[in-house]
Amino acid sequence: MGQSADTNNKSVMTHAQLPSQNDAYKVSLDIFEGPLDLLLYLIKKEEVDIYEVSMEKITKQYLQYLDAFEVLNIEIAGEFMVMAATLLYIKSRTLLPKNEQMPGEEAEEDDPGWELIRQLIEYKKFKEAALHLRDQEEYQATIFSRPQSSLETTLSLLPQENILFKEVSIFDLIHAFQKALHRLPKEENFREIFEETYTVSSRIEYLIGALAHGITMKFEELFSSTATRAQLVVTFLAMLELIRMKYLCVRQDTHCSTIWIERQQKTSHQLEWDKQNSVTS
Amino acid sequence: MDQDPSNHQPSSAQNSEIPTLVSIVEALLFTSQKALSLKELVSLIQSASTALQEEIQKTFTSINEQKIREALEMLHEELSISKRAYELRETASGWQLVTKSLFAPWLRQLFREVRPSRLSPPALETLAIIAYRQPITRADLEAIRGVAVDGVVQTLLDRGLIRITGRADIPGRPLLYATSQLFLDHFGLLSLNELPNATELGKIPLPRAPLPSPKKEQELTSSQENEEGKLTCYSSSIIPK
Repeated sequence: MGQSADTNNKSVMTHAQLPSQNDAYKVSLDIFEGPLDLLLYLIKKEEVDIYEVSMEKITKQYLQYLDAFEVLNIEIAGEFMVMAATLLYIKSRTLLPKNEQMPGEEAEEDDPGWELIRQLIEYKKFKEAALHLRDQEEYQATIFSRPQSSLETTLSLLPQENILFKEVSIFDLIHAFQKALHRLPKEENFREIFEETYTVSSRIEYLIGALAHGITMKFEELFSSTATRAQLVVTFLAMLELIRMKYLCVRQDTHCSTIWIERQQKTSHQLEWDKQNSVTS
Repeated sequence: MDQDPSNHQPSSAQNSEIPTLVSIVEALLFTSQKALSLKELVSLIQSASTALQEEIQKTFTSINEQKIREALEMLHEELSISKRAYELRETASGWQLVTKSLFAPWLRQLFREVRPSRLSPPALETLAIIAYRQPITRADLEAIRGVAVDGVVQTLLDRGLIRITGRADIPGRPLLYATSQLFLDHFGLLSLNELPNATELGKIPLPRAPLPSPKKEQELTSSQENEEGKLTCYSSSIIPK
């Protein structure tokens, strides 16, 4: 999948002998983000106006993301594939000389390229509205009235305190993963392929140990000990799994886009459970 | 009230002391665990009056919403003049006393052990779409978001931020979703009209899900039309005409 005619598009990853596939370890993330979210994310990264965006470039990047999901064995919704097909169809139309394009398709409304852009613009407006709602929510969290007997319900939607960090989406993580991949030395050290200790479970143990209470690590630091592509993939999957289990949390500095990883702090429910089961941190 | 300044005991009401309506409203709002609407305030005060002495009863049985409104107005004035740490606030469900925003850092200390879980961005975006376009079906929601919304909708239902308001009058009779009162309270909105950009986002034509019908095959190759203009579901546009 994700094979495009343009060989320059070929993804960095190969599908050969990755421990993740031998493990039969499939990370199933509930990614509720959809293809529109990914497209808007890519467009935002380009820092161009949505009308000025190069569909060609965005299509290429979009397919690279799908490749990354495939290599990481992450399940994504079928809609992502449908969008991939749509993008390629749009791209194929632009390659046709003008007089060979489908007859009767002069009007802008019939142009699927414009249709997609229109859809993206309108969806973007809802995303902005959601941000306004977030602001309202945050303001509401600063005013207090007499609490109801169950504290949990009134406070369950309070925002986190440090506003300098923005939430990290799966796309940000994949992007950081791709960067880390690029930084690896080009030659694969073939001896490493036979190393047994690099399973997702062993990396999970490693991460739990490395990220003891109160320790925060940069994304890049997690991979400083990985030398090969396979090790990187496995470590990344382990990190994703721990995030999914709500054991770790991820934040991104709004200024320099560094991603920070740390242990999730416990809710009062968890503390209560721990107490009852005499668990010490 | 004549009170010995060195006496720190709460003042006991003397038989001749009749509290003002303003202070009664204040006492109710101070103690209540939830916002009180005008109706509720009227009803509470009227039911209390039966327990009062006869001469006082007269003053309070004629209480109506207008008088409460005036009392709230005066309370608001008094609170701001005396520079209290809390103020009066109107919410969708009624009136309440809330601390001023600037005290947040200190008040958060009272609730430090609770690490709240916030709404994820997809949940917030789905909620926004429902808020502006309610009532809306799951299929229409998915047509806008471009991806399945089942898990998110369940989360929003669990948190009480959305509710089911009925069924759409189309084949399959799918459920319709709308925001709840809790939604308004949680975001500090008095009504749906206070949603930012309400007029623009409420009106723009959006992708609609194709209507379920036996002729689905044919419908996928043509655009859906309605009174708002010509719309096309994007997944149908990949099939060349």
